[in-house]
Amino acid sequence: MTKIDSKIPEGQLAEKWSNYKAHQKLVNPSNKRRLDIIVVGTGLAGASAAASFGEMGFNVLNFCIQDSPRRAHSIAAQGGINAAKNYQNDGDSIYRLFYDTIKGGDYRSREANVYRLAEVSNSIIDQCVAQGVPFARDYGGTLDNRSFGGAQVSRTFYAKGQTGQQLLLGAYSALSRQIHKGSVKLYTRYEMENLVIIDGRTRGIIVRNLVTGKLERFAAHAVVLATGGYGNTYFLSTNAMGCNCSAAISAYKKGALFANPSYVQIHPTCIPVHGDKQSKLTLMSESLRNDGRIWVPKNLEDAKAIQEGKMKGDEIKEEDRDYYLERRYPAFGNLVPRDVASRAAKERCDKGFGVNPTGLAVFLDFSEPIARLGEDVVRQRYGNLFQMYEEITNENPYKTPMMIYPAIHYTMGGLWVDYELQTSIKGLFALGECNFSDHGANRLGASALMQGLADGYFVIPFTIQNYLSDQITVPRFSTDLPEFEVAEKEVQDKIEKLMSIQGTESTDSIHKKLGNIMWNFVGMGRTKEGLTEGLKQLAEVKKEFWTNVRIPGAKDDQNTELEKALRVADFIEMGHLIAYDALNRNESCGGHFREEYQTAEGEAKRDDENYSYVACWNYTGEDKEPELIKEELNYEFVKVQTRNYKS
Amino acid sequence: MEKVINFTLKVWRQRGPKAQGAFESYQMEDITGDTSFLEMLDILNENLVSEGKEPVVFDHDCREGICGMCSLYVNGHPHGPEGGVTTCQSFMRKFNEGDTITVEPWRSAAFPVIRDLMVDRSAFDEIMQAGGYVSVNTGAPQDSNAILISKEVADVAMDAASCIGCGACVAACKNGSAMLFVSSKVTQLALLPQGKVEAARRAKAMVAKMDELGFGNCTNTRACEAECPKSETIINIAKLNREFITAKLQD
Repeated sequence: MTKIDSKIPEGQLAEKWSNYKAHQKLVNPSNKRRLDIIVVGTGLAGASAAASFGEMGFNVLNFCIQDSPRRAHSIAAQGGINAAKNYQNDGDSIYRLFYDTIKGGDYRSREANVYRLAEVSNSIIDQCVAQGVPFARDYGGTLDNRSFGGAQVSRTFYAKGQTGQQLLLGAYSALSRQIHKGSVKLYTRYEMENLVIIDGRTRGIIVRNLVTGKLERFAAHAVVLATGGYGNTYFLSTNAMGCNCSAAISAYKKGALFANPSYVQIHPTCIPVHGDKQSKLTLMSESLRNDGRIWVPKNLEDAKAIQEGKMKGDEIKEEDRDYYLERRYPAFGNLVPRDVASRAAKERCDKGFGVNPTGLAVFLDFSEPIARLGEDVVRQRYGNLFQMYEEITNENPYKTPMMIYPAIHYTMGGLWVDYELQTSIKGLFALGECNFSDHGANRLGASALMQGLADGYFVIPFTIQNYLSDQITVPRFSTDLPEFEVAEKEVQDKIEKLMSIQGTESTDSIHKKLGNIMWNFVGMGRTKEGLTEGLKQLAEVKKEFWTNVRIPGAKDDQNTELEKALRVADFIEMGHLIAYDALNRNESCGGHFREEYQTAEGEAKRDDENYSYVACWNYTGEDKEPELIKEELNYEFVKVQTRNYKS
Repeated sequence: MEKVINFTLKVWRQRGPKAQGAFESYQMEDITGDTSFLEMLDILNENLVSEGKEPVVFDHDCREGICGMCSLYVNGHPHGPEGGVTTCQSFMRKFNEGDTITVEPWRSAAFPVIRDLMVDRSAFDEIMQAGGYVSVNTGAPQDSNAILISKEVADVAMDAASCIGCGACVAACKNGSAMLFVSSKVTQLALLPQGKVEAARRAKAMVAKMDELGFGNCTNTRACEAECPKSETIINIAKLNREFITAKLQD
């Protein structure tokens, strides 16, 4: 039985991280040179960690699946990054950011982790500015801020609608500097396929060279996974096409606990689905909700007319519009957290008020801010987003209101980690979206960038030393050891099995089926019956995949279909895990909404008595149900209450 | 209503860096206007796979115009004839019934073909490694508002920083020059007080690496600027030249 020890330091909330740093073990400079660290992933978390390790003097091996570290999907984050600077003098503080994050996460995250996140948030902004990240500024030369959902302060720093890009390029620059120095060795177009464990400690990885198709072995004293989330399990999501959960699933199958898989974030403002050939969904930044107002028609007849193309949104009179977020949540209005906004959109559309031919869209309207501020100001603030919207939809959002609908965006669940970001396998760490740690059941906007960089720049550089301090006498490993042999053989066998099927269905077509099941049964509104049916259908998809997938080409050659198939095999496992966790959690909280558990007003109804825990799933074998291990959440400093965004 | 079109696709197929490549033609049918260019290639690949053939290999990832991974030379233009967008953000509604659409990889000595439409752009990473950064370690720098930067300067730096590193500038240039890419980074960092300190060193190091890797010279044809999906401007190149010449004079 795996034991759970979250290793939360003693002391008052505000002292825990300082206490940890004061008492942790360190590795001296000459010993650092003798220690190898593998970092998988080059997004915000991976690149910032690899760069920092390199600066510290460790010997780093950094892997990514793309052709360059700068392609990682952090690059696509639009809106911004939170920090408790209180530059706007609007009452912000570290405690306030901590509190908003705990509350936003629907009281399902660890207090100590979240406090640390808020605490280091300010250093992140300082660090990025020092790197030359061109954040937006005010005329006086100071940094500008805007507001995001779930907060009543303006604490979001931004670089146009390209904040993720600029932060990632900052981390990529820092990483490039270390590669130049020789402290980091970069491996692009490599995909991790398996983990190597020797005597209970992580000692290496098996990777597939995506250009040659050959499997290769790499050894290190510790392995850090920064491989992102599992949103692409749903096929259609705002994730990049290459985003996948195979590294995390391979760790899970080797004994790393997987925490809270059912906590999936559905982002309220995405461009609606338009057809069955679509490959991905495009996000429209949450920052748009600073000025844009969300509405549907008040009268069903008007909605019907719009759906049938007989009427346009701007023809609906002001008094016939239902600004349902402002109506239901007067205190936060259009800036309620994402889970709340998404569910409210679904509720209206389910009742027939949707505003496009499929009935699955609501308006995000800028006519009021354009009248108030002028088109130029709106263009300055959101120009690139408006342009992107027009490219995709062929409609001009300055003239007609945007149409949006919720879509899969981010996954709060992930590999279970302790306070040191170490998984339940020794020497294996997980950072950023790959871990579960800070966002509870729902992540607030502009907090993913914050967490990725907090983990990479300001947490793991400390905590990994505590682990490596007793490894200084361990010599480098040979990749000829039998453990490497076995791990490589596992991957080889899997690939051979896949290539031998030669059925009739393409990987993509099976992935689409998987996505449909996930969206229909494990999406925004879940029920016991739906989840049970979903699990049944997932088993069928799994069977179909393993008996009928068709992969052309050769196994030891560049083969993009094989790459996809290896990923989809793991998405199927992931889908099962998400649904299984969702079925177990008989309550509604954050991104997990079980229709049986709601208040009379349709709000999520938590069950703190029975479900105030992190659900950690332990792999028990192929086609066996996973074992549940609970990490109880003890709130010592915050009073747990029902989330209220109304008053 | 979105239009639906049929057209011929001429795609460059090449097994490997040293292999002989050739165009292959494919008939595409009933493609709706709201299909993105890459989704159209997905449809082609789905057809090929169903016939047991190997799909066309091309780089792509975010499909929202920001990662810089997609890199197709469409009808003689990097990222296609439509300006200001990446390949992934161009849609089939911009093409017509009966068209022949030619798709090639970036062609440049510094970007060798890996397979089909996928090229090796690691030379860009190497240029960045030579100096595309501010030399600051992770730690505790001063409070960010201790460095005041005027809005105008910050905005210009941001524009220069918007480069997505796709390589369209190189593919567009008859000399295969990487000057627009290099100058965008140099301009961004030289404009900001944080990066000014080592501006000369950076400009020299990045230009030297660019030359070493086989990129050509800039002869001011402005093709790069015209084809850049992020509208980077050759004013950046002028700024780079100034940094570079000043640095050389100081040597």
